Amino acid sequence: MKKLELVMVGNGMAGIRTLEELLKLAPDLYDITVFGAEPHGNYNRILLSPVLAGEMTIGDIMLNDVGWYAQHGITLHLGRKVTRIDRARRRVIADDGTEAGYDRLLLATGSNPVMLPVPGIDLPGVVAYRDIKDTGKMIEAASHYRHAVVIGGGLLGLEAANGLRLRGMDVTVVHLMPWLMERQLDKTAAQMLQASLEARGLKFLLEKQTAELIAGRSGRVSAIKFKDGETLPADLVVMAVGIRPGTGLAEAAGLHCNRGVVVNDTMQTYDPRIYAVGECVSHRGVSYGLVAPLFEQAKVCANHLAQFGISRYTGSVTSTKLKVTGIDLFSAGDFIGSAGAEEIVLSDPSGGVYKKLVVKDDKIVGGVLYGDTADGSWYFQLLRDGQNIRELRNHLMFGRNHLGNAGHQGRNNAADLPDDFEVCGCNGVCKGSIVKAIKEKGLFTLNDVRKHTKASASCGSCTGLVEQILASTVGGAYQPADVSSKPLCGCTDYTHEEIRKAIIERKLKSIPEAMGFFEWRNVNGCASCRPALNYYLLCAWPHDYQDDPQSRFINERAHANIQKDGTYSVVPRIYGGVTTPAQLKRIAEVAEKYAVSALRCTGGQRINMLGVKKEDLPKVWAELDMPSGFAYGKSIRTVKTCVGSEWCRFGVQDSTSMGIALEKALDRMWAPHKVKLAVSGCPRNCAEATIKDVGIVGVDSGWEIYVAGNGGIKAEVSLFLAKMKSAEEVMEYVGAFIQLYREEARYLDRTVHWVQRVGMDYVKKRIVADAAGRQALYERLKDALRDEKDPWQERMRGTAAREFMPIRFQSQKLHSGEGHEQMDKSMPA
Amino acid sequence: MSKWTRVCPLEEIPRLGSRVVQIGKGDVAVFRNGADEVFALRDQCPHKGGPLSQGIVFDRRVACPLHGTTIHLDTGEAAAPDKGCTHKYRVRVDKGDVYLSLD
Repeated sequence: MKKLELVMVGNGMAGIRTLEELLKLAPDLYDITVFGAEPHGNYNRILLSPVLAGEMTIGDIMLNDVGWYAQHGITLHLGRKVTRIDRARRRVIADDGTEAGYDRLLLATGSNPVMLPVPGIDLPGVVAYRDIKDTGKMIEAASHYRHAVVIGGGLLGLEAANGLRLRGMDVTVVHLMPWLMERQLDKTAAQMLQASLEARGLKFLLEKQTAELIAGRSGRVSAIKFKDGETLPADLVVMAVGIRPGTGLAEAAGLHCNRGVVVNDTMQTYDPRIYAVGECVSHRGVSYGLVAPLFEQAKVCANHLAQFGISRYTGSVTSTKLKVTGIDLFSAGDFIGSAGAEEIVLSDPSGGVYKKLVVKDDKIVGGVLYGDTADGSWYFQLLRDGQNIRELRNHLMFGRNHLGNAGHQGRNNAADLPDDFEVCGCNGVCKGSIVKAIKEKGLFTLNDVRKHTKASASCGSCTGLVEQILASTVGGAYQPADVSSKPLCGCTDYTHEEIRKAIIERKLKSIPEAMGFFEWRNVNGCASCRPALNYYLLCAWPHDYQDDPQSRFINERAHANIQKDGTYSVVPRIYGGVTTPAQLKRIAEVAEKYAVSALRCTGGQRINMLGVKKEDLPKVWAELDMPSGFAYGKSIRTVKTCVGSEWCRFGVQDSTSMGIALEKALDRMWAPHKVKLAVSGCPRNCAEATIKDVGIVGVDSGWEIYVAGNGGIKAEVSLFLAKMKSAEEVMEYVGAFIQLYREEARYLDRTVHWVQRVGMDYVKKRIVADAAGRQALYERLKDALRDEKDPWQERMRGTAAREFMPIRFQSQKLHSGEGHEQMDKSMPA
Repeated sequence: MSKWTRVCPLEEIPRLGSRVVQIGKGDVAVFRNGADEVFALRDQCPHKGGPLSQGIVFDRRVACPLHGTTIHLDTGEAAAPDKGCTHKYRVRVDKGDVYLSLD
């Protein structure tokens, strides 16, 4: 069958990203032809600033060289500008006469620089700052001339000015407005920025309007003249006053344009055969100039070109970072503040730090950060999610990192870190290697950086720093990942929430059914989605769902914790941490018999037997004859206790009994992630209950319940939920909270991540205010756990025996001793 | 000429799972994927030596249980952007039995 013809006009980042996404989804659907006006393959336009600054070369910023097009069978017409679309005959015609017919046309014509309508604009030495050619002209000028004037004090203009200064030119930035980057910064931040750029040798003329550009004797520009009559020498004039979507071709073809090519949420123009992506587009009245939204558009467009038809682009909220080495600056949303908005400001001019958040109706609507942008992506997340910040308000300004965030020496400012600074303490990745990977491999997203460098890929505590390094390397292109609508994994476009909802509403009761319903891209899914689906199904159908061991991480399949040498650790359940001489004797005997190489106490007050061979596990469990401690699972772990009122002279409540009761009630419970509890018998809190998923603190008049704490990667103090008098009430509140977490958190969310997302107000509404709802949640938890069996008891009786049994090559037992020596074709039956 | 040794019936390897075959000098992981294809690799991840047999199998790949490095079952190569390769053995199914060659 003949393939469909797809023609793309424009050879930039948005367009090529669309083709890459399309080739992933439907590699054989189209014969693809690409027209590019520039004589290059696809390059990373955002990195023109580092090229100008001499930090990178053109070769460094190529994303797709000519070989890439050939490799994917794409016909590439370089240096040919499409001048006409014949929609009736479905053909495009280029300036050299080249024609191509299409079934689908993709417009990715980008944008054009705005040139001021002043005399002298066509003089040699006057350039825009848009592509490799412009950059080349600027570099060339820098080696011959002295005076540069950049018109426009926006993002692009400042990057150009910085680059030219680094190349030794005397640079003046001319700006019409009273302060720099007025579309991203308020006056205070702009003045701090200006001061630090002045310290680098840049000069600024604000509120200056250009009247004309004056030619010198050679015919080249030699001066700039302003409306107020003043003049300034200028051997190079860079126009950076703005960009305008490139709609000329579309307009000439009669396509509806309104400042950009108008598209719907599927990136389709008014001609259903024609799609458009990138800077040339106007979507819901907005044109984007940052790469992240364009990549989102690319993904949606590819989905529809591939005839999948299930994806929509609904617009992006954008944020800005300046890409000038050593300057940290972040801006998002409404940073000036309209009526009814309030400002929270932290200003330390001599320390070079300025932070302003604009808050309206208890939500962040915008902000500007200068000097310390560590929390930019966090604020941006809060902004985009529209999260209520009332409870965070008093420490909002100090950011997310003011509490012990371990593993990177407490540093939270990436810009001034040296290249050999170890950013990721888990994987030993230094700043220099991250920057190198970002530049060499053309990475744009946190996920890409994680995949290529492993930085922040393990515990994630350095995520903020890695994001900053990414942002300061790719600058304006960077946009934090939108986790609020994140698909479950690469196998699907649906979110965790959508999938959980359908599992219940559509009564999906197995992994293949769920994958089938959502048209999973990969037949067996992947190592990320299968464990998540397995949990979601188990949680939705506790009695009907047949657990799939092959979709569980090895620890949950072997019911022990895999160690670096491939042996396992065994942690028997010791309720509340209270053991007996008989139990200890048995543990000691088993440890000796199976040569357990280390015995140690865990952080949760249990005994850990390390170095057990997998094949010995069922025997070890049988001889211990104790329940599984679930120290290996996304499950209830332990309830840590202090001694409590039975012995302790300060104790006011019996924390030990409470801990044992809770651990028994939650025994064998699977969850989105591990769940740790603690109970302290008095406010001295020796069980450290305030950094647990659920912490109970005994006071003279009853029990205080705290939730969503965490003592791991980042210490998070738990939040007060309720105070109860009786143990029964405590059980009900705790059970209901945990069931809500089980039903609504995303797989691999700890309680802290989930509560931070949904807000403590919501949790209180469901658990404290709604008594009937709370009881129903608690009942569902009890029902779910009623027939969970102890996995060790089952396995020591032979369940899943082959999981633990290796096969001995040529062993007598398995095939009667004969190692067959055979020709390939004649195998024995 | 290849020396083939019967390992076990195919049903003895769980679908989307594996079995460990002890060959005296280390272990071989014999995998069975969702399409009932079998693959055999040295049971050692090129990253930090993790036992690949214990990983989650999907498509023609396995994710190492220690740090999640993904290995292609048909080549033993780590999936990009990771680098590294683990030794691959020949394995085949005949009349419901799995045969392994250590040549």
